[in-house]
Formats: sequence, structure tokens, C-alpha cells
Amino acid sequence: MATLSVCQPQLGGFSFENCKRNAVLEAEVTKLGCNIPSARKTGTTICGVVFKDGIVLGADTRATEGMIVADKNCSKIHYISPNIYCCGAGTAADTEMTTQIISSNLELHSLSTSRLPRVATANRMLKQMLFRYQGHIGAALVLGGVDCNGPHLYSIYPHGSTDKLPYVTMGSGSLAAMAVFEDRYKQDMEEEDAKRLVRDAIAAGIFNDLGSGSNIDLCVITKGRVDYLRPHDMANKKGVRCVYEHEALPHQTGNYKYKQGTTGVLTKSVIKLDLEVVEETVQTMDTS
Amino acid sequence: MNTRGLRSQLKDSVPVTGMGQQVGAYGVQDTLRSGFSSVKNELLPSHALELSEKNFQLNQDKMNFSNLRNIQGLHAPLKLQMEYRAARQIQRLPFLQSSHLALDTLKGNDESISFEDILNDPSQSEMVGEPHIMMEYKLGLM
Repeated sequence: MATLSVCQPQLGGFSFENCKRNAVLEAEVTKLGCNIPSARKTGTTICGVVFKDGIVLGADTRATEGMIVADKNCSKIHYISPNIYCCGAGTAADTEMTTQIISSNLELHSLSTSRLPRVATANRMLKQMLFRYQGHIGAALVLGGVDCNGPHLYSIYPHGSTDKLPYVTMGSGSLAAMAVFEDRYKQDMEEEDAKRLVRDAIAAGIFNDLGSGSNIDLCVITKGRVDYLRPHDMANKKGVRCVYEHEALPHQTGNYKYKQGTTGVLTKSVIKLDLEVVEETVQTMDTS
Repeated sequence: MNTRGLRSQLKDSVPVTGMGQQVGAYGVQDTLRSGFSSVKNELLPSHALELSEKNFQLNQDKMNFSNLRNIQGLHAPLKLQMEYRAARQIQRLPFLQSSHLALDTLKGNDESISFEDILNDPSQSEMVGEPHIMMEYKLGLM
């Protein structure tokens, strides 16, 4: 309980009481040569593209904790409002909490204005919150949605700067994905072309970046309709070796079981066990 | 952002005046109420955001009031501040939880959710304030 007398009532929000203690602990631990546990990141490839009628958002599904894969199938496309979705890269907890808070705030705002929320509103709320915390909240986001003014796509950096662009990528695999976009992006694409482009960009990130992997999730947002395709494409199936473009079927992993008859049979004797039913009881479960 | 960068931040921190310790009746450090003092603890903030978060609400209010004064004239912030003062007076005693409903509605906090509402909820805090001491502090008897 209280060690010192508390004179003023406590406030909510972040508490910085343990920061000095943590700094001291970190110094001690580094002297011994160990490492303090690190936060789980989503070392990621996320991207978004504007096509003729709306937005396609894409993300991989691997979450890493240092050098280990912490989650093979995590969901990086977060719901903000019925017409706005947001992909998150960076520290997993930060992106989760940030998108949930903004989603709640946007819901309250839309109830108060009785209108469908706009993407610019979500962008400004996110930008103001991230700037307030000066980049200590490690959330890099790709925000996309369709509102009364058409489709909009924003990228939001952890320190609070935003860009409004027709195609964006974020995360550790962003360079690989951006290479695909720069090569093949055209204005006013059809939906199928846009989905294929995003799928290929995420696949480039998955195969060329260690921090991204597993499956490809897509989210197609158009006026009045949202298709959340999870998983859209399983690029890394367990037990299946890679697929080459010119082959129709993927290889199976080798079968290492011995064939029947590998071991020769010398003798065979069968002993029959005679079991007779002694007692039979039925016990009803108490499902009330 | 993990704590790995914290040491370098502490090294470059500039001593700030906002971290002053509580002085007692005779201008000396108040060991009974705020414990033993340490110059290092008082001089540097323990986190880069500590000061900015402590004063965030105050700074926001200052900015909003000055904007309001520039747009609508002096009467607007004066009237609002009078309403804030009135709403701040109808609280419970300091060691009890008050809902701040009128104050929140005036400030517009009833239509938004932020980390203050989710983390470190004062009604769930582990430390309980001593009623007598908190009342004496509030009434200025200590």
C-alpha cells in the first residue's frame, strides 16, 4: 500500500514512475551481458492502392519478437469504421491500441454528427495523437477508405507526419513492395488488376524480407461494400515446397515412411482375447 | 520504441524547472510527506514525455483560450473560464472519486476516449490516499 502519504488525487493516463528504475535495470543487465525482453513488432509489409471505384489494402501476417516468429497468422488490417480500414506496422500493441482508440473516437464523432465518418477525420485524429507522443508510440499506419468525397489513402508515420498518395507501402518490406508498385501502377485500374497488384507487392515483401511472411490478407473497400479477404493467398503453406511459375502443382514434402514389406516377417501368431460383458451402466449427464 | 534508447535520452536531457520538489512550511524540503530527496531525481525528467504529458491539458486549454480570444474577443474565454471554475467546485472530497461530469461536458471530453480513460484509472489505483492528510492538504492546514 501507500509508502508515502498521497496528497493529491491520482490522474489517469501514462505513468512514468518506473522509467528511472528501468534505465538502471537495463544498465545492470547489459553489464552482465544479457538482453532485456523486447516488444513484439510486426516487421511487416503493408500497402494500399487507389483503384477506379475504391481502395485495396494488403498486409502479410507475420509478427516477430526479435528473431523469432511470435504469431504466424496475425491480422494486421484493423477496423476503424464501416467504410474505413487501417493496416498497422511497427510495435504490435501500439498499432492495436491506437486503431481501437481512434475507432471508438470516430464512432462517437459519427454518432454526434450523424454522418458517415470521413477518412480525413480519422487521419487528423491519428496524426494529432501520434504527434502528442513524439514517436514513442511506434505505429506506422496505412489508412484507407471510401467516404462521401470518394476513395482516400493516407500513410501515417510514427512521429505524426502523413502523406496522401495513390499508392503507399510501409513496414520493413516496404521497399520490395514499392518496387512492384512503381513498376506496374496505373491510374484508374479495375478491381481485379488492383487486387493482383497488391497481392504481388505483398508477395515481394514476404519473399524478400525476413520480417514478413505467411499469408496475404486483402481488404477491398468500395462505396457501400467491404470485402475482407483473410487469407486471400497462402503464400507459405506448411509442408508444401515452393511453387514455380511454370509448374501447375506445388511439390509435396518427401514421404519418409517405409513401404509395406520392407521388414521381412519371420513368424506370426494370433492370440484371441475372450472378453465377456459383465456389467453395463448408463450415466446421464446433468445438463440443467 | 523500447527502453533501450532511454539512457541516451537521460544523458542529453536538460535540467528543467517543472520537476521541483515540495517545500514545507519553512522553505526546506518536506521529508515527512515526499520522502528522501535526491538531486538527480529532481533535476532530470525520467522520460522525455513526462513533463509534456503532465502539462498537456493545461497547455491545450491555454492554446484554445488564446485562439478563442483572438477570434471572438476577450469575453469568450472569460465566460468559459468562469464556467470551468464553477464546475470544478462541485466535486466530492479529495480522497473520493468524483465523476467530473460537468467539467467533462464543458471541455468536450465526454465525446472522446484517450489513454487517460483506459490506462491507470484512478478509481482502480492501488494506492489509497489517507483521508485526513488529503483533507488537510486541500484546506491548506498542512
